[in-house]
Parts: sequence; C-alpha cells; structure tokens
Amino acid sequence: MALTNEQIERYSRQIILPNVGGKGQDKILKSRVLVIGTGGLGAPCSFYLAAAGVGKIGLVDSDKVELNNLQRQIVHTTADVGIPKVESGKKRLKALNPEVEIVTHGMRLDSSNILDVIKEYDIVVDGSDNFPTRYLVNDACVISKKPLVHAGIFRYDGQIMTILPGTGPCYRCLFPEPPPQGAVPSCQEGGILGVVAGALGVLQANEVLKFVLSTGDMLVGRLLIFNALDSTFRTVKVPRDKDCPVCSEHPKITKLIDYQEFCNLRTKTDCSVK
Amino acid sequence: MEEKKPDANLDLRGVVCPINFVKTKLKLEELNNGQILEIIIDAGEPMANVPRSIKEEGHKIVKVDKVDNHFRLLIEKA
Repeated sequence: MALTNEQIERYSRQIILPNVGGKGQDKILKSRVLVIGTGGLGAPCSFYLAAAGVGKIGLVDSDKVELNNLQRQIVHTTADVGIPKVESGKKRLKALNPEVEIVTHGMRLDSSNILDVIKEYDIVVDGSDNFPTRYLVNDACVISKKPLVHAGIFRYDGQIMTILPGTGPCYRCLFPEPPPQGAVPSCQEGGILGVVAGALGVLQANEVLKFVLSTGDMLVGRLLIFNALDSTFRTVKVPRDKDCPVCSEHPKITKLIDYQEFCNLRTKTDCSVK
Repeated sequence: MEEKKPDANLDLRGVVCPINFVKTKLKLEELNNGQILEIIIDAGEPMANVPRSIKEEGHKIVKVDKVDNHFRLLIEKA
C-alpha cells in the first residue's frame, strides 16, 4: 500500500527512523490495538498510538469522565466531564488523527465478554485500575495467546512488563493470586502523580510499537520499575513460574475468574466538585 | 566509465528537508539491491543533509552532478 503525501508528511519523523521506513509505517497502519481503560495509563498510551498511526484502536471503559480524572487522563478535557470516557477518548484521538479507526467498548470486562473483545486485536494494553480486571485480562490473554502489555502505577511508582504467552512469564508468574481484600490501597486512596501515569502509559505505547514493528527488545521476562521521586528506572528479571496457575504446562486455572472488587470504588457516589 | 541507467527517479526540487529524504528513502525501499535511483535536490540545506542521510542508511552515492542551482544524484541501493 503506497503512502499518500499527507501520510508521508504526518509520519515523516518516524519513517526516517532505521527499522521503520515505509514498510514499518505500513505495519503500524495495519495494526489493531486494544487499550483497556482510558485513564491514567490508557489516555497517554492511546494518544501516542493514534499519533503514530495505529490503524485500529479499541477503547474499553465503562466510566464517565470526572473532574478528578483530568489531572492525568490527558485525552479528556474539562468540557467532557460527565460523558462516557470512551466517547471523550474517541473524540480526542480522532481530532489528533482522523485516519485512525476508534472502536468504543463502553463496558466492564468480565469472564463472559472479554474473549470476544480481545480476539479482534493483535495486542492488548492493560491500563486498568483494579485487580479483578488485571487478573482477568492476564488470564484471558494467556488462554487466547494474545500479547499483553501490563503496567501498574501507585503514588510515585510505576511498573511495566510485556507478556508474550508461551514465550515469557505472565502476570501470575509474578503475583500468582490477587492480594487479600484491603491489603493494597487503590489509586483513589493512595494518590497518583499524573506524570507517573504518563510515563508508564507512554512506555506501554513503546512496547506496542516495537511489537508491531518486530524491532528492539520488549520487556518480556523483565519488569521495569520507575520511581518519580528518585528519577530512577530499574529492571528486575522475572522468570517463568513452572507452577504458574495459568501459564504453566499443567495450569490450575483453565476458566476465567470474576474476582470481587476489593473496595467500594465502583459503588462510590459522585464526589467531583459541583 | 559509462553511467548506469537509473531504474527510478525523483524530482525533489522545492521539496524541503526532511521530506526530500523521506521520499528518497521510500523510493529506495521499492528497489532491489544494486538498482539505481536518480534524484534531483536543491543546493543548500538539502544538499548538506540528504546525501549524508542516504549514506547513513548504507546506500552508495555513485555520481553527483551540479545542474544550475540543483544537484543530480545517482544512488545505488544497498
């Protein structure tokens, strides 16, 4: 497929790069990426993916934009408060790059729907803010052998790892089971620096682009940990767990699990400034 | 030495940096190794940048001619 003059101009700064070129840009234009959550991670991640020209971006979120989101969720604006986050996200990504197809999934993922959603995409980005979704996404991607870019953020820290099922470790190799209820505070209780979300979301987009371009080394079997206070990155090697509950040869988990929410995050009433 | 006949050509007069190089790079992708691309670029900034970028990608510039205020380059794809 020949690039149009407009595409050559829009993507010129990355077409110039070694390992991209016209063929790489074509791969990006044909790629299909699912971004789960349009929050602190999903917003910057999807923004950069749309900018790079990813052909189809799926956005999953069941929430509406709240004023407290805007400190970090850069695809939403003040005027969007109250509208579904997938609609707000779609509007902003389309404004940035009209040639990207944006598919909105305004739903909460569970064991009954996730496999149908992820099968339409080449790679999945987990930008969820809760453990039930994180484990569900990991298990669904392992079971359907779908590449997954995990990231988690809390206060001044963030971590990221790419999961290639069958090749490297999965999230359960690292943390086999969700933490007990109440053991880990949520972002809402713990706080988050917007730039930490931004940094990790952009790193997720980087993993996606390397996957699409088949270039560089992805964070497979390596957990990258960022601390914003020290401005440090460190990498921890993560081996595959031969007894992993989901990705080992004899997994205990063969069906998706709907864990219960650990806090009343979802049922909380609107606390935004009126 | 007899000049090889170009397999493709691009007139990039009036095309600014870096789009002139991007178009050269995209055209070279379509060629096979050893084939020749002829380009015409402006003097000044394009002539200062484009040949260097072409060489950085490993291609060979086999001939440079100055024609009026432009340069004609023959590039062998590597």
